[in-house]
Amino acid sequence: MDIVTRISEALQRGDQDTVASLTAEALEHDLEPRMILDDGLIAGMDVIGERFRIHEIFLPEVLLAARAMYAGLDQIEPLLAASGIPARGKVVIGTVQGDLHDIGKNLVGIMLRGAGFEVIDLGNDVSPEAFVTAARENEARIIGMSALLTTTMPVMGETVERLEREGLRDEIHAIVGGAPVSEDFASQIGAVAYGFDGLSAVEIVKRLV
Amino acid sequence: MRPLLRFLDEELIERIISEARDVLRTLGMEIHNQQALELLADHGATIDPGSFHARFTDEIIDLALASAPSGFRLYDAGGRETHDLSGENVHFTPGSAAINVLDHETGSMRKPVTGDYVRYARLMCALDNIASQSTAIVPTDVPDEVTDSYRLFLSLLFCPKPVVTGAFTIESFELMKDLQVVVRGSEEALKEKPLTIFSVCPTAPLKWSEVTSQNLLDCAEYSIPVEYISMPLTGFISPVTIVGTLVQHTAETLSGVVLTQLKNPGAPALWGGSPAAFDVRYETTPMGAAETLLIDCAASEIGKRLGLPTQAYSALSDAKLLDAQAGLETSMGATLSVLAGINNVSGPGMLDFESCQSLEKLVLDNEICGFALRLARGIEPRDDFPAVPIFEELLRDGHLLISDHTLAHLRDEHYFPSSTIDRANRSRWQEEGSLTLGERAHREVELKVAEWEPGGIGETEQTELVRLMEAAVRRYGLEELPERE
Repeated sequence: MDIVTRISEALQRGDQDTVASLTAEALEHDLEPRMILDDGLIAGMDVIGERFRIHEIFLPEVLLAARAMYAGLDQIEPLLAASGIPARGKVVIGTVQGDLHDIGKNLVGIMLRGAGFEVIDLGNDVSPEAFVTAARENEARIIGMSALLTTTMPVMGETVERLEREGLRDEIHAIVGGAPVSEDFASQIGAVAYGFDGLSAVEIVKRLV
Repeated sequence: MRPLLRFLDEELIERIISEARDVLRTLGMEIHNQQALELLADHGATIDPGSFHARFTDEIIDLALASAPSGFRLYDAGGRETHDLSGENVHFTPGSAAINVLDHETGSMRKPVTGDYVRYARLMCALDNIASQSTAIVPTDVPDEVTDSYRLFLSLLFCPKPVVTGAFTIESFELMKDLQVVVRGSEEALKEKPLTIFSVCPTAPLKWSEVTSQNLLDCAEYSIPVEYISMPLTGFISPVTIVGTLVQHTAETLSGVVLTQLKNPGAPALWGGSPAAFDVRYETTPMGAAETLLIDCAASEIGKRLGLPTQAYSALSDAKLLDAQAGLETSMGATLSVLAGINNVSGPGMLDFESCQSLEKLVLDNEICGFALRLARGIEPRDDFPAVPIFEELLRDGHLLISDHTLAHLRDEHYFPSSTIDRANRSRWQEEGSLTLGERAHREVELKVAEWEPGGIGETEQTELVRLMEAAVRRYGLEELPERE
């Protein structure tokens, strides 16, 4: 079995020590960082994601695999950055202004990090301005907004309008989620997508970046 | 702590047993079986040959109770132990001998054929919370005289789980025993590792037919376990009260214990039954009635007081479809049964007063059984004390999703049902097709049946089973066995 496949399999077992040592070994043998990333780490996480979707494994196993992925990614990322290749997408997330409910948003953050994305979590009670500023400053292409209260849902629309006003709507995608939010609401306010749980958020972000 | 439910106090149990003994001494049982009557006479019972009545003595009852085992084990076709029928251990088995199946495609009931049985047996291999199969369906494409043995034949061919079954005639027993001997290799090995339980049913009130009493004696001779299925119906062929019905159930079942133990001391048996609260409005025998379940649980308490393992027909429904009533009655029965510690609980899959099996209901009931078995495991501390360290970890990391404590105990502490039970949020449920319970259960049936792989018994044994069964159907005019694929 080649080393990249072994990295993928160790990752799927959640074995972070093996992923770390195999990644180091692969780099010593001059394997392309991009190849280790795509065919080892990301390939392994794709298997994990699918097994999670069909309930073969559960959230804890996904997160263990994600932790193992970082054991490899931390070594590869500086090399990719040096050669100007963006390693992974960035996502700004937060619970919208007036809303303090952050359990769903936190779960989305955990899942996105697990899938290899860099997450800038603005916490709760986040204003449209704060979302847009953070996205612009971090060069994030996605803003993920969460709301539990129907009264705070309009803030999602205001954030989309702000992106529009600043001429950023083509560059930065607004996505939404939360108990009262729906597909219909997302399209009404001009959000790009609606995610109904952590897994669907990951699938949407993968599609968009 | 193993949670346990009790409906009878000690004093009442003693009184019911004592009244049942009085019934057996004073009125006796009507037993249409020469061998049984002789056996009882030899041990001091008073026999009236003209009316087939046997009046029992306290001595033979005590003798029988002294030799009856307090438990026994079952083994699958490969010889692996699957059941410890003792103490408060609970195992589920599908409701047996349905004369109809509920066809998912048409939504109607119809007469079953071989193909239905094969699908059933394949499905049973995959339902983890139902520890044994039963000969649940009576196929109509073989001669009536062999339907009992034919069910056992198909079960042994397609699923390694032990089988709860029964013979419809005296003659069938021989073949049904021989089929088991093929799987085990010898009568001795079968005795060593029982593969089946035979239901033997007294006839209410206070009677044994020739067929069922002979089946009982034949099983005892080969140490094949039986379950006595007394079937009193309140207010009709037993007293209208629960206590009065329990007296009758105890008398009828005790008479079975005596017959088994006189024939072969130490032979294994379950103190079982299928009593019902007769519905005087519809003239029916509701298996899902509250009073039926009270009788089931209380009868098990009496059996345990006598030191015997128990059985009941208590996890099934009288609904005609896979509807809310089907779920309600089966869940109530399964839950009470595990909390009562009934050792072998019959019923899953069954609808319509024990007459109709549904594969989709079987899949749902497998989840109900899983839920109930989880309740039986109760609550116990799992590295929970001292409590401060885990909360320090929670406050530090913000969640416990990958905590060692979570990883160590997640799967022991929680029962995860299949996707038949809808736990998705609304959007995911919609995305997956907004499926109803019936549709989800059907999807699971198709998946499990398709995933089935042969296992259990070897090719030589399969060939021998086919040879025996073929010879049997030929005796009744059928040249070839029906197609099994």
